[in-house]
Amino acid sequence: MSLKHVLQPFNAWVQAFSKPYTIPMKDTMRPGADRYRGWHINDVEKCVGCGTCADICQNAAIDMVPVKDPVKGDSGLRPKIDYGRCCWCALCVDVCTTGSLGMSNEYTWVEKDPEKCRYTPGVDAKPWDGSEKGWRQEEGFSLIVKDRVPMPMLDPKERIKTWAEVVVGYSVEEARKEAARCVSCGLCVAACPAHMHIPDYIGAIRDGDFEKALDFIYDNNPMPEMCGKVCTRRCEGVCSVGIQGEPLAIRWLKRFATEQFEDFAKVLHPEVKRVGEGKKVAVVGGGPSGVTVAYYLAVRGFEVTIYEALPQLGGATFFGIPKYRFPMPSLEKQVDLLKKAGVKIVTDHRVEKDEFRRLLEENDALFFGTGLMKPYKLGVPGEDLEGVIYALDLLRDHHVGKKVEVGESVVVVGGGNVAIDASRVSRRLGAEVTIAYRRRREDMPADDEEIEDAEAEGIELVTQSIPLRVEKLENGKLDFIWGPAEMVPPDRPGGRPKPKLIEGVENHLQVDRVIVAIGQKGEFEWMPEEVAEKVVTSRGWVEVDETGMTQWPGIFAGGDLVNSTADAISAIADGLKAVEGIQQFTLEGLSVSKS
Amino acid sequence: MTETRERSKEVQIWFGPQHPGITGNMSVQTWLDGDTLTRGITHVGYLHRAFEKLMERRLYIQSFPIVCRICVPEPDTNEWLLASALEELSGLDREVPEKARWIRTLVLEMSRLGAMLMVLGGHAGSMGLGPAPQWMIALRDLVLDRFEELTGGRVYHMYIVYGGVRRDLPEGFAERMEQTLKTIESKLPLIDDVIFGSAVFRKRAMGVGVVPREWAFEMGISGPVIRAMGIPKDVRKDEPYEKYAELDFDVVTEEGSDIFARAMVRRREIQQSIDLIRQILARMPKEGPYCAELPNMLEWTIPVGQTYVRAESSRGEMGYYVVTDGSKKLRRVHVRGPSYVHGVSLLERLIPGTNIADLAPLMVSLQVCPPEIER
Ligand SMILES: Cc1cc2nc3c(=O)[nH]c(=O)nc-3n(C[C@H](O)[C@H](O)[C@H](O)COP(=O)(O)OP(=O)(O)OC[C@H]3O[C@@H](n4cnc5c(N)ncnc54)[C@H](O)[C@@H]3O)c2cc1C
Ligand code: SF4
Ligand code: SF4
Repeated sequence: MSLKHVLQPFNAWVQAFSKPYTIPMKDTMRPGADRYRGWHINDVEKCVGCGTCADICQNAAIDMVPVKDPVKGDSGLRPKIDYGRCCWCALCVDVCTTGSLGMSNEYTWVEKDPEKCRYTPGVDAKPWDGSEKGWRQEEGFSLIVKDRVPMPMLDPKERIKTWAEVVVGYSVEEARKEAARCVSCGLCVAACPAHMHIPDYIGAIRDGDFEKALDFIYDNNPMPEMCGKVCTRRCEGVCSVGIQGEPLAIRWLKRFATEQFEDFAKVLHPEVKRVGEGKKVAVVGGGPSGVTVAYYLAVRGFEVTIYEALPQLGGATFFGIPKYRFPMPSLEKQVDLLKKAGVKIVTDHRVEKDEFRRLLEENDALFFGTGLMKPYKLGVPGEDLEGVIYALDLLRDHHVGKKVEVGESVVVVGGGNVAIDASRVSRRLGAEVTIAYRRRREDMPADDEEIEDAEAEGIELVTQSIPLRVEKLENGKLDFIWGPAEMVPPDRPGGRPKPKLIEGVENHLQVDRVIVAIGQKGEFEWMPEEVAEKVVTSRGWVEVDETGMTQWPGIFAGGDLVNSTADAISAIADGLKAVEGIQQFTLEGLSVSKS
Repeated sequence: MTETRERSKEVQIWFGPQHPGITGNMSVQTWLDGDTLTRGITHVGYLHRAFEKLMERRLYIQSFPIVCRICVPEPDTNEWLLASALEELSGLDREVPEKARWIRTLVLEMSRLGAMLMVLGGHAGSMGLGPAPQWMIALRDLVLDRFEELTGGRVYHMYIVYGGVRRDLPEGFAERMEQTLKTIESKLPLIDDVIFGSAVFRKRAMGVGVVPREWAFEMGISGPVIRAMGIPKDVRKDEPYEKYAELDFDVVTEEGSDIFARAMVRRREIQQSIDLIRQILARMPKEGPYCAELPNMLEWTIPVGQTYVRAESSRGEMGYYVVTDGSKKLRRVHVRGPSYVHGVSLLERLIPGTNIADLAPLMVSLQVCPPEIER
C-alpha cells in the first residue's frame, strides 16, 4: 500500500468537471428503439379475431373480447391486453396470423385507474395508435408454418390418358406434417356449412390417431371421402394461416383420414340414442342431402328408405363429378356404411306423382333432395343442331356407362365446375378442348385449382367471349360463332362487373361438339301438383323453414334446390338441419298431414 | 468455560433479506462473537417463482420468456441454454444458421460485459465507495442501449430462441456498438484509479475472503471465483459452444483467491469481452438467415430425450439439465447455476472467522444471484 493508493481515488473529482455520461432526465424520455417492445397496437380491420395471440401468451394476458358481429372468417373478437400480466415478450406479435398485431415504441403511460390498464388495441384509442415504430413481424422469422405440404399429383400429360385419380393423396408423414400447421383458431368451423369439427380432426391426424379423426369427421358428414376429394372448401378460404401463408389443406386432410380405412363400420363409434325406433321416413333423391338425412336418421333408429332414379346413390357427386376426382370405390365405401346403418336403398327407381302421394301416406315424414337436373339453355340460334349437347347429359351418360363421343374438338360454354368437368372429361375422351366464358378468369365460379388443373391438361381458356350462334358446316362440323366482350361496371354497387358484347366482331371456332354448361335448374314433373303448388316457388326453388320443412307440414327438403350455394357440403348441411327437424316433427307425434 | 456460556456471548443478526448489502433477495442468519462471524446459515425462498415447475406446464415457446427471468443482470445465458438444449433434443441444432451462431455469441458476450460492469460496481459499493457503482451502472446502461435496439428490450431480451435469434442486426449496429465500447474503454482507467487504486479497496479486498484451492473441485466452484485461484477453467475454452472456438482469447486468471483477485479477474474480463465483441462484429456474416425455419410453435413436440448443456456466464458455469418426453411440454428442467455453490455451500463455509463488515463484499465477490438458487 502506498501514498499513491490513498491519492488516486481522488481522481473521481475530475468527473465533477466533465460532461456527465449518466443519462440526463430529458434523454430518458427519448423514444424507444425502432423495434422496442412497448404498448400494443392492432390493425383491427386486418385482425380476424383468430385468438392465436391469446393462445401463445403464457401469462394469459390476452382476452378475446367481442367488438363486432362475427362474419365468416372473422370471429368478431379482438385481443384485449392486461398490462398487469403482460411481460412484453411479443410472442403474440410474432405468432399473429394476419400480422395485424404490433407493439409501439412507447413505454411510458401513467393511469390512475388500474382498470384502464387493460385495453383492446385498435379499439380503445391510445396516443400511440398509428405508431410507425416498435416491434413488428419481420421476414425471416415465423412461429407458424406458412407453406403447405405439397400434394403429389399425376403428371398432366399422363393423366389425360386415363381416368385415374389425379390427386395421389398424402402419406402418413405428409399428412401429420400438414396437420401440425394448424393453429386451432376454429374460424373454419364457422365457415363450413356443416360446421365440421375441423381443428379436432386435424389435431387427431397430427397426433396419429386416425380413428379418432374419423369419428370427429363422421359426426356431421356422412360423405367425407367425397368432401375430402371435391369439397368447395370454404373453410380453407377463411383459414387464418392462409392469410399470410397457404391455408391448411383441410380438404386433403379429411381425405387422408377417410382413406386410412377400408370399412368405416368397423372403426366408427357413433354415440347416439336410438330415439326414432318405430318411425318411418322416406327420402327421395340420393344426393348428398338425401344421404345425410338417411344416415343420421338411421343411426338414431328411424326406418329409412331412400329412392334414387339412377343406378347408384350420390346424386351429382355420382353422375356429375368425374371419376378422376372422385372414384367409384370411394363412393361405394360411403354407400356401404349407409347400408350397414340399416338404410333401405332403392335405386333405378324414379318416384312419380302417385308413389309420392303413397309415400306421404305411409311415412311419418318425407324428405326430398332431388337437385337441379335440368340444364339451362344457351338461347342462341343453332342450339337445336345435332352436336350441341348439355354438360349434365354428357357427364351423366358417361357415368352411368353409356357410350359417349365428343369427336376431335369441342367448345365448352361456361365457367363453373360443371364446365371444367365436362372439359376435362372431353379431354380424356380424346378431344381438343376450348372453354368459352363470358367474364374474366377471376370471375369464374370454378375452383382455382380446377382451372389450373384443366389448363395443365392442355385445355384452352377463352374469356370474355359471348356465344352468338352455332352453324352446321359442310364438312359436318359445327361453327361456333362468338363475339368479344368488354367488362362494364355492375348495375348495383357491390355487384360483379358485367360482360358487354362488342358489336360487329365475329370469331369462329370449328368444333365437333358444343357443350353447354351454363347452369341447371330444378325439375318437378314427378311431383304431385297439389304439393308442387305449395312447396315450389315461382322461380323454381323450394323454400324451407329453419328446421328444413317446406310449407307442407312433414315434407322436408334440402340440397341444390333449396340453397343458393349449390355444392355438396351445403347439401349435407341442409340434410343435417332436416335430420333435427324430422326428429322433432316425428317425435312430437304428428304424422304427415294431407292438407 | 462451558459450551452454554460460550453460546450466550453470541449475538444473532439477520443480514437481509431487506439489506442493501445483500446480493438480491436472500438472507443470511449470522452469529457473532464481537464483530467476527462464527456461523452463518443462508435462507432463500424470498423470490421463488417456480420457474422449473412452470415450464412443465408451458409449451416450449412459452418457456422461452420464462428463463430469462432466472437472472436479471444476465438473462441471455439462460435463453441460450434452453434453446441449445431443446435444439439438441429436437434435431433443430442442425439447422441453426451461421449468422445466428455469430449473433448469439455476440449477445452472450454483451451480456457478460453488462453483468461484469455491474458486479465490479458492486465490489466498490459493498465497501462504501460511492461514485464507482454509479458510473458502472451508467456504463452498463450503454450496453443496455445496444440490447434495446437489437432485441427490443433493455433488461429481458427474449431474443435467443430455438433455431436462432428473433431478429437480424439493425442497420449500423456495429458502428454504434463500437462507439459504446470506446466510451466504456475510455472510462476504465478512472475505474481502475478509484477501485483498484484505492487504499480502502486494497486493504479490505486483499487477503480477505480467501477460498482454499483444495475446495475448487470438491465443491464445483467455477467462474471468476475459480479463476482467481489461478485455475484456468472457462467453459468457453473447455467445451467451446457457438463461435467461441473460432475466437482469439486467453482464459484470465489471477493469484490469491481473495476478493481482490476476483475483482481483478472481472476487470480483465471486461476488457476481454470488449475485445471479443470487436472480433465477433468483424467476422459477422453480412447476409443469410438469422433463424431456422421453425415448426408450428403451438404444436411443437420433441422426442423423448435428455441432455445437459453448459455455458460460461459472468458468474461461472451455468448448466441446464433438460428432459423431454415426446410431448408439447418439458418433462423436467433443472437449472444448475453457480450461485447455489457460491452463495450457499461456499458462503456458509467461508463465514466463520469473517468480519461482519466483510460479509457484503464477500457475497459480491462470489457474485451470488438468488433467483438462480431458487428456480
Ligand atoms: C358436374 C358437377 C360437378 C360438381 N362438382 C362439385 C364439386 O367439385 N364440389 C362440390 O361440392 N359440389 C360439386 N357439385 C355440386 C354437388 O354435386 C351438388 O351440390 C350436390 O350433389 C347437391 O346435392 P343434392 O342433395 O341437392 O342432390 P343431387 O346431388 O342434386 O342429387 C339429386 C338426386 O336425386 C335424384 N332424383 C331426382 N328426381 C328424382 C325422383 N323423382 N326420384 C328419385 N330420384 C330422383 C337424381 O337422380 C339425383 O341423383 C357438382 C355438380 C355437378 C353437376
Ligand atoms: S393473432 Fe392476430 S389476427 Fe389473430 S386475433 Fe390475435 S391480433 Fe387478431
Ligand atoms: S407480449 Fe407476451 S405477455 Fe404480453 S400479451 Fe403478448 S404474448 Fe402475452
